[in-house]
Amino acid sequence: MSIADWTEADLGVPGRVLTVVRAPEPVLAAPSPPADPADPAIVQLAADLVATMRVSPGCVGLAACQVGVAAHLFAVDVSQHPKTRTAHGTFVLCNAEVVEATRKEKGREGCMSVPDLTGDVKRATRLTVRGQLPGSGEELVVETDAFEARALQHEIDHCAGFLFLDRVAGAHAVFPRQTYL
Amino acid sequence: MEPVSLIAVTVIGHDRPGIIADATAGLAALGLNLEDSTMTLLRGHFAMMLICSGDRSPADVQEALAPLTADGRLKVSAAAVPDEDGSGDRSRRPYVLTVHGGDRPGIVSAVTGVLAAAGGNITDLTTRLTGTLYVAVAEVDLPADADADAVGMSLRDAGAELGVGVTLRPQETDVL
Repeated sequence: MSIADWTEADLGVPGRVLTVVRAPEPVLAAPSPPADPADPAIVQLAADLVATMRVSPGCVGLAACQVGVAAHLFAVDVSQHPKTRTAHGTFVLCNAEVVEATRKEKGREGCMSVPDLTGDVKRATRLTVRGQLPGSGEELVVETDAFEARALQHEIDHCAGFLFLDRVAGAHAVFPRQTYL
Repeated sequence: MEPVSLIAVTVIGHDRPGIIADATAGLAALGLNLEDSTMTLLRGHFAMMLICSGDRSPADVQEALAPLTADGRLKVSAAAVPDEDGSGDRSRRPYVLTVHGGDRPGIVSAVTGVLAAAGGNITDLTTRLTGTLYVAVAEVDLPADADADAVGMSLRDAGAELGVGVTLRPQETDVL
């Protein structure tokens, strides 16, 4: 299937809204172990990530470690964001990895787990990612660009134990957050 | 012609609109030229450092900026400094260091100690404390023959002892 055809209804379980943890919570600074897409706990977690993302203003992506669970999966939905070009709607990927990343551009990022800071981070604007769907475990390749590419790299970084702070361009690339949604 | 002298000026204290306008007006009136300057707010305190050049003494600068200090809430210093070659050592390689974790004393000293032992020179540093999260981002020049991976590993080990995450990565520069 195409990732754009996936919806959270495919998970078959209602999502619960979880509490988002903030740095310096240790779970955010350690690599998350691989997630078994067929594990019912992972399917539930996938639904929970989508539900938590939906109720969080301005949130375009949420990794499992951000709700305190060390597991390699995340939810993304950039379809309502003005910087988006290509969008594949709402989706969750397990064990996602970057296959190809080109055309880096600098952009300012924030994070629900670092609520008081933003930072300028260079990210690829053309991106190919491979990952597995929760539930079926079907392996999919997602090709995207612009803001969805940035969101995917930000979430894959979370799964590797990195925050945007670990990627900022320099000493003058971290800023107090000006706008809270 | 007399050699042009350099004067380092610092202004620090209570923030209000107009400090930079007042300070630079005082320097301009002396015919001084601003070379490099930096200004930020540190926990809400105004903090500015600059180097200016011209044929004036530090005492002249101190006198010209005296009105800034009149209410006792700003401190001004002026001192002659020698000319330094600001171009840096081009054989060194630039990296960016990030440290983040729970706030505790000694984070910066432990991490920068590792860098110093490796011959690394910090060229810029910003640290921020928000809630319990402490963040430091430094720009570091490493000697051309330094093993950056080994330095990164030593930094991570030092960070692990303090319970903070440390990343060291090459600084990306796009020359257009």
